[in-house]
Amino acid sequence: MIEISHLTRKFEHFTAVDDLSFTVAEGEVLGFLGPNGAGKSTTMKIITGFLAPSSGTVRVDGHDITENPMAVKALIGYLPEGAPSYPDMTVLEFLDFIAEIRGFSGQEKSRRIEQVINDVALGSVCEQSIDTLSKGFKRRVGLAQAILHDPKVLILDEPTDGLDPNQKHQVRQLIRNLAKDKIVIVSTHILEEVSAVCTRAIIIANGRIVADGSPQELEARAPTAAGLTEAPSAPGRLEAFFRSITEQGAL
Amino acid sequence: MGTTGIIFKRELAAYFSTPLAYVFIVIFLVMNGIATFDLGGFYQRGQADLQPFFNFHPWLYLFMIPALAMGLWADERKTGTIELLLTLPIQLHEAVIGKFLAAWVLSGCALALTFPIWLTVNYLGDPDNGVILAAYIGSWLMAGGFLAIGSCMSALTRNAVIAFILTAAICFLFVVSGSAIVMNAFTGWAPQTLIDAIATLSFLTHFEAISRGVLDIRDLLFFAAVIAAWLLASAVVIEIKKAN
Repeated sequence: MIEISHLTRKFEHFTAVDDLSFTVAEGEVLGFLGPNGAGKSTTMKIITGFLAPSSGTVRVDGHDITENPMAVKALIGYLPEGAPSYPDMTVLEFLDFIAEIRGFSGQEKSRRIEQVINDVALGSVCEQSIDTLSKGFKRRVGLAQAILHDPKVLILDEPTDGLDPNQKHQVRQLIRNLAKDKIVIVSTHILEEVSAVCTRAIIIANGRIVADGSPQELEARAPTAAGLTEAPSAPGRLEAFFRSITEQGAL
Repeated sequence: MGTTGIIFKRELAAYFSTPLAYVFIVIFLVMNGIATFDLGGFYQRGQADLQPFFNFHPWLYLFMIPALAMGLWADERKTGTIELLLTLPIQLHEAVIGKFLAAWVLSGCALALTFPIWLTVNYLGDPDNGVILAAYIGSWLMAGGFLAIGSCMSALTRNAVIAFILTAAICFLFVVSGSAIVMNAFTGWAPQTLIDAIATLSFLTHFEAISRGVLDIRDLLFFAAVIAAWLLASAVVIEIKKAN
């Protein structure tokens, strides 16, 4: 269970996250939507303990992120935006490093590394250094390090950004398979992704929640006179709704 | 193995997985050779000691150590891996110390590989090996001081070249702070206690004391304090700057 209560993060000149409150329960796949600069990444950085909140609290499984960051970090698997990893290491070396930091050793370590390499299909490149890999493989390396310790909470910042349609499909498949008894928070710009993998979507703009519901509910709230002559598909309706509520906020 | 150890191991391996470690060691050895035998007049002096070798170290470190330290944090910020590293279940100080130790051990390896000079002086004469050992320890401690400064400067920026220049500049101030260049600027108007305080910050004074074979606890503590203070400053800077 993730409980976020009155979370605010101010930077020098603006408020990135403004009094955000929501909870996510086990089994939910939460799609985090919003225009660029809406505060999606900042919220994720606070939940994962990278940034400190200006005010408000984040509790993951009962642990407060500011009081007990180590316990929270141990529960979370995190794919930061752009899937950063150490370019001079090979895939195996990198996963070995992550596994050791996560406290695995010996056979258990080898078993886990082998399993994530299978899960995200990295077998063919595991001896290559990461900077020689394609974007899709780099993204998969980032996913592999995030799921290596079978975390209760998975936080993925734009996991399919820049991937080709096949790779997007694979990543979504993977998220669906992982989601069963976990909490997954996925940020994305791609609205069809929300319909495809999420059980719930939150749309934020200017650091505030402007909509919260299942993808179907949000689609149903799309304005009927959105300038469309034909009946739009489900993602199309979601997009119409997204635009209707976030563009108002921007103007 | 503790978390610090895991980070240390990764960082050290990273130095050796790029040409950086080899380039550093080779240049360090070549420069030491030139300094000792050509500039230092090792043979002409006709004395069985390594003074010309060690006297050159502060100046050699001045431009070699920033090269080792510049990427420590600047590269993490540039590639975004800082976000990965600091959301793993580790404490910030473990990352700061692990990275510092990796660079310090690498500089220690380079220093240890100067042993042929020690063999040479023992072959040619009968030097005081206690003094030489003390000087090696002093040199390594001084390298640690430079590296800790470099760690902090690297945390200030995402640009490794800027980190290099800042490190070299600050290290230069610490090297010369006891010398006439700096002292002349203060004498006449500054109170004597301030002048004394600045003079005691000099790397050169403390290093020279150790390299004469006097392992005074105050000189050792000086370098330990410099390393601790700058590593603490690194952690503070990382904490403040990571949001940008």
